[in-house]
Amino acid sequence: MQYLLLIYSNENDGPQPGTDEWPAFMKGYQDFTNKVREDGKLVSADALQPIATASTLTVRDGKTELVDGPFAETKEQLGGYYLLDCADLDEAASYAAMIPTATYGRIEIRPIIVWDE
Amino acid sequence: MSVMPPRPVERVIQDIVREEWGRILASLTKSFGDMQLAEDCLQDAMIIAMEHWQKVIPDVPAAWLITTARRKAIDRLRRDQNFVAKSKEIAYITQLEQEEAMQHKDAPTISDERLQMIFTCCHPALDEKARIALTLRTLGGLTTDEIAAAFLDKPKTMAQRLVRAKNKIKVAGIPYQVPERDMLPERLGSVLKVIYLIFNEGYSARAGASLMRISLSNEAIRLARIMTKLMPEIPEISGLLSLMLITDARRYARVDASGNYVPLEHQDRGKWDKLQIEEGIDLIKKTLPRGAVGPYQLQAAISGIHAESKSWVETDWSQIAALYRILNSVQPSPIVEMNFAVALSYADSVTAGLAKLDAIGKTGVLDNYQPFFAARADMYSRAGMNARAALDFDRAINLSQNDLERVFLMTKARKVAGQ
Repeated sequence: MQYLLLIYSNENDGPQPGTDEWPAFMKGYQDFTNKVREDGKLVSADALQPIATASTLTVRDGKTELVDGPFAETKEQLGGYYLLDCADLDEAASYAAMIPTATYGRIEIRPIIVWDE
Repeated sequence: MSVMPPRPVERVIQDIVREEWGRILASLTKSFGDMQLAEDCLQDAMIIAMEHWQKVIPDVPAAWLITTARRKAIDRLRRDQNFVAKSKEIAYITQLEQEEAMQHKDAPTISDERLQMIFTCCHPALDEKARIALTLRTLGGLTTDEIAAAFLDKPKTMAQRLVRAKNKIKVAGIPYQVPERDMLPERLGSVLKVIYLIFNEGYSARAGASLMRISLSNEAIRLARIMTKLMPEIPEISGLLSLMLITDARRYARVDASGNYVPLEHQDRGKWDKLQIEEGIDLIKKTLPRGAVGPYQLQAAISGIHAESKSWVETDWSQIAALYRILNSVQPSPIVEMNFAVALSYADSVTAGLAKLDAIGKTGVLDNYQPFFAARADMYSRAGMNARAALDFDRAINLSQNDLERVFLMTKARKVAGQ
């Protein structure tokens, strides 16, 4: 089964770029990515630019509107994801627990729909 | 409702539902990988059994039901629109059937998958109410209506809750397995909590006038007995079973002839179920020396001391205080501290107990907890501080959600008010 691990945190929490903690934090992500790749679980993964760069689009009655900012003004924002191929939820959860952001943010685990033929 | 006793075939089926439902359903779920399909097919098989068993009841009824349910599963999967997508499942079930037919002719052995099943039903990825309902439905064999009635829920709401939970298990890939070693303590904690919640729901009804729903308590005890057999190496399971046995043994003393709530202090100890207390105490005495002492074992030991005492006054309060002190270090909570204070008020002095309770009261964490105010009111009245006692009794009465308990508290409140 494929699981999308969505990484949520407040952008102001946790190690910030340019600080002393940053290199070790990024090393943690590198190690995790290597591990899921070596374990044969990795389908894809990406990190997102900060929400300051987000735009939100709607189409209503044929009218397109594009506005500045993320869809929801919540305390925690989507910062990146891993798409993993795991045996079950327990395995997906055990990988989610290794994601560095899990210690101060949260990881949402969503199964991917398999469309019937 | 019929006044006639059930006919033999119906009685056989009823007995199986009672005794074997969990085992059959767990076994079917394991082979289908789908709890809802397993349940639907087992229901189908029971309807067919009603008819076929009129002539002759099979030697191993459970095995007959499993074989029939598997055939029904193949039928259902074949009828499914996504026949091609399901062909893998059909092939697997067919293979299972053939293997068993080769080995045992008409009596396949029923593998015991109940342990895997209970860990699935109590998975932390499910909402707590769903965990309780699923456990009662799948392992206890209670009907949706029975579960709804026990939790004062609408049957429709309960049915939806169950369907949602079974769907999440399937779609989110919650596995049918006993968790690996590193996850086991946390997962086992969730299983034991579900069993204890079922017990407490039966033991002290939260709302309404019925103080006990005994069948739920019995169901929890039955589940714990199954767990002790399946995981004999875990002392906390025996601890929980012992705690529930001893607590449940006092059930007839909790209500007096006119239906009023009677707290432990004033219970007629002659009404306690001696045999059940003996079983519970015996179990905890054998369990404690095995090491890895946890909260359920400590609570069982505390209940055991109460159960062995001739009266409230003659209770070994210093030992109870000592056990609460350990319990508070293993599993710190303001409620445990409150109980420690009560034990201290008898083992040491009312002043010592009151000092502890006042300290807890200042934090405000138990401001909505009825037993805290009932306990403090009681200590104030023992210290002769009746005005303060009256205030606390009032708060306890306002917080109580149980009619019988409220009546009891009002009687005590009138006493301190000198009425």
